[in-house]
Amino acid sequence: MAHHVLHMPATEEQVRALRVGDTVTLEDLLFGIRDATQIHMFDRGRRTRFDLRGHAVIHTAPNLRKVERSGTNHSGYEPVCIGTTTSDRMERFTRPLMEREGVRIIIGKGGLRDGSKEAFRDLGGAYLAVVGGAAALETTWIEAVEDVDLDDLNPESLYKFRIKGFGPLLVATDSHGGSLYDTVNAEAARRRQAVLERLGAA
Amino acid sequence: MTLMTRAGAADPLVVAPEAIEEAAKLLYIRACKILPDDIKAGFTRLDASETDGTAKRILATMIENIGVAERMDNLLCQDTGIPIFNVLIGRNVAVDGWALKEAIARGTARATREHPLRSSVVHPITRKNEHTSCGERVPVINIDFSDRDRELRLEMIPKGSGSENGSFLQMLIPADGIAAVKRFVVDRVIQAGGKVCPPTIVGVGVGGTSDLCMHLAKIAATRPLGSRCADAEGAKLEAALSEAVNSLGIGPQGLGGDSTAFAVHVETAATHITMNPVAVNIQCHSARRASATFTPDGVAIGF
Repeated sequence: MAHHVLHMPATEEQVRALRVGDTVTLEDLLFGIRDATQIHMFDRGRRTRFDLRGHAVIHTAPNLRKVERSGTNHSGYEPVCIGTTTSDRMERFTRPLMEREGVRIIIGKGGLRDGSKEAFRDLGGAYLAVVGGAAALETTWIEAVEDVDLDDLNPESLYKFRIKGFGPLLVATDSHGGSLYDTVNAEAARRRQAVLERLGAA
Repeated sequence: MTLMTRAGAADPLVVAPEAIEEAAKLLYIRACKILPDDIKAGFTRLDASETDGTAKRILATMIENIGVAERMDNLLCQDTGIPIFNVLIGRNVAVDGWALKEAIARGTARATREHPLRSSVVHPITRKNEHTSCGERVPVINIDFSDRDRELRLEMIPKGSGSENGSFLQMLIPADGIAAVKRFVVDRVIQAGGKVCPPTIVGVGVGGTSDLCMHLAKIAATRPLGSRCADAEGAKLEAALSEAVNSLGIGPQGLGGDSTAFAVHVETAATHITMNPVAVNIQCHSARRASATFTPDGVAIGF
């Protein structure tokens, strides 16, 4: 179980080196993305001006405060509370996000499905689990909301976050077919019968 | 808060809409920041009994987050949820119901704009966000009555969507028996896995009509840890199901471990001779609540 520090963007080789059970801390840049962002990008043909190649995206929609644009803040927002959302709803966007936009890492909670696992294997990607509902802590890993695109979708815009020590995150699905969720789900299915028998409900 | 009460021992309690508006705003923000004591105690209990290493680290992160949110006066979770207000009206209370509903919506919108909070509420078809956390029939307002003299209780629950998406209803039939009810709960907890942000409170409704059954599940999911179902059979069921779901190995965040749920809570209602409905509604580990209790003495803020 290795710990990796990745300065974003990362190479395919770096991401393929991640194995289920490893931990990762991300540095420098992270992009925030969500349901509406991806529905508009992939179902309605909208394009982003951000270069996402080699980058990590987090399934999120933040609480932000409007501020004046100044210096390196091109977004006009500062963080209030930024956390993660359930990834499963965005399963079908994993492959296009990787193929069209070049994304390498997805961060979220609750896991993705087999289609994403196959995309990670085919294209060299990984899913990193962050603790859902621990957003106050997560916000301390974010230095600034540097920029924003597709902001008519607020709060489901595409965000560019400046990060410092973002993690530790747990490698939950890797590019070698490994998935912690598969392991846990198989174990729950295995235990189900005994649990029902104890309930008198088998 | 002189606005809300009228002098005189025998007079009914009158709560002014302005006081409701202020309370609604305060409760939405407070609920998002401070977890109730019973939920904190639930974390301590799970942390002490958890045997899996990854699960213990995840629980430690959640516990750390509770402290960070309080120290930094920040929101526990980014999801500001669907705002739900439960209004419990005691005896000898004079309420202008329409004004009360309007005041709750104004307070909710002000919390959203003035804190600011993320507005998580959109039109169901156009998906347009008004950035007020309000919309048609939202905030959800549930009104009930109690036997408390001259007391009005306003409870606020920001219900997170990850766990709300873990909602299920099945109109079972009498021939399916209580065994099918138990299987339904176990199988829905397996299906929900890590998506509902475990450790959870699994709310189960048994009986009633379809809509009442789902409402019972919501009441069950959002009542304090340590409380018991008032119905003796329901109480037995929740004890058995609590043990059952924590034997599945799903664990915190669905990444394995013992701590799948703080508890399973059951609420029951009488049902029809042909019916056997069961509903599941899940509350995530950020099991947020806040309350304001209005009496002739003033207003008390709690959980």
